[in-house]
Amino acid sequence: MAHTSQFCTFYLDKLLFGVELKGVQEVIRSLEMTKVPLAPAVVSGLINLRGQIVTAVDLRRRLELEPSPPGALPMNVVVRSDDGSVSLLVDEIGDVVEVEETTFEPPPETLRGSVRNMILGVHKLNGRLMHVLDIEKACQMVDVAEAAAAGR
Amino acid sequence: MSESDNDSSIVKDFLIESYENLDRLDRELVGLEKNPEDRDALASVFRTIHTIKGTCGFLGFNKLEAVAHVGENLLTRLRDRQLTLTPEITTALLNMVDAVRQMLGEIEKDGKEGERDDSVLIATLTRLQQVPAAAAAVPQAANEVAEPLPPNIGDILQQTAGVTVAEIRLATEKQREGDPRRLGEILVEHGAIRPADVVDALRIQQSNRVAAAPASDSTIRVDVGLLDKVMNLVGELVLARNQVLQFANRMKDTGFLAASQRLNLITTELQAGVMKTRMQPIGNIWSQFPRTVRDVALGCGKEVRIEMEGKETELDKTIIEAIKDPLTHLVRNSVDHGIELPEVRVKAGKDRVGRLILRAFHEGGQVIIEIGDDGAGLNVERIRKKAVERAVITAEQATRMSEREIFNLIFLPGFSTAEKVSNVSGRGVGMDVVKTNVEKIGGTVDVQSTMGQGTTVRVRIPLTLAIIPALIVTCSGERYAIPQVNLLELVRLKAEEVGKGIELVHGAPVYRLRGRLLPLVYLNRELSLTADAKLSAESNGAVNIVVLQADERQFGLVVDQINDTEEIVVKPLRKQLKTVKIFAGSSIMGDGRVALILDVLGVAQHAGVVAETRDQAVADKAPEEAVATDADKQTFLLFAGPGGSRMAIPLSSLARLEEFPVAKVEMSGSQWVTQYRGNILPLIRLDVVLARSSERLALETPPRPDAGPIQVLVLNHEGRTFGLVVERILDIVEDRAEVRSAANRPAVLYDVIIGNRVTELLDIPAILRIADVSALRSSPVASIAEVAN
Repeated sequence: MAHTSQFCTFYLDKLLFGVELKGVQEVIRSLEMTKVPLAPAVVSGLINLRGQIVTAVDLRRRLELEPSPPGALPMNVVVRSDDGSVSLLVDEIGDVVEVEETTFEPPPETLRGSVRNMILGVHKLNGRLMHVLDIEKACQMVDVAEAAAAGR
Repeated sequence: MSESDNDSSIVKDFLIESYENLDRLDRELVGLEKNPEDRDALASVFRTIHTIKGTCGFLGFNKLEAVAHVGENLLTRLRDRQLTLTPEITTALLNMVDAVRQMLGEIEKDGKEGERDDSVLIATLTRLQQVPAAAAAVPQAANEVAEPLPPNIGDILQQTAGVTVAEIRLATEKQREGDPRRLGEILVEHGAIRPADVVDALRIQQSNRVAAAPASDSTIRVDVGLLDKVMNLVGELVLARNQVLQFANRMKDTGFLAASQRLNLITTELQAGVMKTRMQPIGNIWSQFPRTVRDVALGCGKEVRIEMEGKETELDKTIIEAIKDPLTHLVRNSVDHGIELPEVRVKAGKDRVGRLILRAFHEGGQVIIEIGDDGAGLNVERIRKKAVERAVITAEQATRMSEREIFNLIFLPGFSTAEKVSNVSGRGVGMDVVKTNVEKIGGTVDVQSTMGQGTTVRVRIPLTLAIIPALIVTCSGERYAIPQVNLLELVRLKAEEVGKGIELVHGAPVYRLRGRLLPLVYLNRELSLTADAKLSAESNGAVNIVVLQADERQFGLVVDQINDTEEIVVKPLRKQLKTVKIFAGSSIMGDGRVALILDVLGVAQHAGVVAETRDQAVADKAPEEAVATDADKQTFLLFAGPGGSRMAIPLSSLARLEEFPVAKVEMSGSQWVTQYRGNILPLIRLDVVLARSSERLALETPPRPDAGPIQVLVLNHEGRTFGLVVERILDIVEDRAEVRSAANRPAVLYDVIIGNRVTELLDIPAILRIADVSALRSSPVASIAEVAN
């Protein structure tokens, strides 16, 4: 019996992503958000998670995908990072899937740029690929363009 | 000992009590040294040591007992006036206290005394006991065994455990015959009493002896973790209360309203009560300073008297803990570096004994702690030189920094003005650590000094960290909290007043607040938000100004709406968001949404109200400059010339930056001059120089008396010193300034791109030529200049 692990899956711009289930604190519907002016653009804002203030990261922007259509209500995948809880904003929640190690493959060499850091690899599921996200990296709140601008 | 859990709890009590006793010993011994005739203090010291010795003998800590025992013997001699207290004896006794404290630490860790060798200490203490032959009166042997302090343990045991006089006599007999054990132990062995009786008796004995100690019955010890938890819960309760209150106001149900108001009152009181449990007088940490000062002063041969004011000032426990080390460092520093040697002091006409003053008081919701000395003071020039030597700042920066800014350089890392590193300062925390630690808890440090008269370090810290009163404002649809501490007043300008109320100083909006110009900062612009069109329409163009205080500067923050004041629970921002200096934290509002707390100093710096930004930027840049070996890069001073045009000169040509009030400007013919460091400094006006020659004459008028202070760049060129009057100093930047194009005005060398913007690089010789030509017609200053040329 090969090693299996569980992933919490979600969709971003029709792509399937997964984070390891044990790193996920909870999944909640869209919450009211307070914007943080002057913060890096990947920070969507702050949410009140039962008295705990959690930073929400715009995962689409973090992964350099198209911005979400106006009016869309993103879901919160709250994950535990080294620096407290962070909410990753996603389009839609998928199932919890159990995968075997054998279906894993590292990202292809043709995947370039900063995104490559965040994507550990893919699991080949039935009919589609699940991108495995590195939680710590995804929670870092700098986007590349801004890092360059900040160094002016 | 038979009952092991009983035993461990006794040990714990013993530890806590002993620690307190040791702290008291430190204080009393230092007090005693100053006043050796104080019999009460001596008796108290004696009692304390005796108690420690007694208890640890009972608990079987033999080494500890041995150390305490020789200390006690020494004290006996002192008490019986066979010896007088000398600094040597005090030092030995203090060393004993330290040894005991270390052993207690070991006991606390693993229940054992540890592998210590105290023979040297014991030998010293024994040697000091040697009474000078003349004064020697042979101590009675009985004195050694049965301490004369009534009531002794035997008396108590008689009363409480029903021990007979005969049994006690038997036991004391045994002791006299050489049994090393304590009375209680012998009695237990004989079966006269149970161990618990001895414990009780010891307790009674102790409480009798420490009768002077604070009423122990009315206080309890509480675990700090528990208090923290209660504090957090109260924080949550405050939030819930705020939410309920908002509902109550909306519901208009009188019953509910009354209930929620009661809830409001009770919560407020509960909050105050819980906060109080965490408050401690600052005297708690100050009490160890006399000892610190004594040790340091003795170590460097100085005489220092410590004075304290406001010992009772209370602070939150976490804050007290956080400032303990910084304060200790500052105190050590004052004694080590601040106060001079006695001979030097006498020569300077001061009292031999230096004065160290600790002062604590409340001011505007903050606690101020001052550590002042009447020592030599800081030497501005030396710091300036050192800073340049160490490449902390460049020579150019050094020349334009004010005295106060120079003083504050001592807080930069790797900066010590001590001629040599002594074993006192320069180990462990440095001034930069002091600053970081104080800033970590939201405080500030500032240093003031007068050469020859002393130095005062002022530490400003918040009362508590958890819950603060704040003003809630709205800007572009979002709410922001402004800590009440920074708030001075609120001003609302009606639409018809806005036009003449808000004036522009070269594009920078200001408001006349009781005759003084208040710089205005628009929050939405600072936060790069778009103005809320709907709201500004609603408010009919009225302007709300929140007058704030940031680091001794005042400014007006323009917001869309001023809501209310509220108690908010401060939650820190995530580490990664802390780079946004404009926010101090976040909080959850009554409706459950998150609001950001503005850091007023951060806003001021962001808007450029507080000069520190510039210095900060300079300080931040300094190390980079040191690293950047690119020879191509040049440092420029950026400033705004006439008409707001962006101009620059190489920083190397700059001697100083000055600001003169218009009243200081005098006329010499049509030339502006001012008295500057004992010379006449010609002031060349850039607007005149850059004007077409036909228009120059018209411009050559005295300055308007009502104009603000003028900004002057003091320049040296070929041995001539002159001032260049500019509109405003912008920044100091480092740039390659590669892209160049020919200039279109005579005094400009060429147009370059600095910091991504087109900037005119001035041609200093050309300016001098033009100025001389125009001044030659009438100005005697110019002719002097000609001679110099």
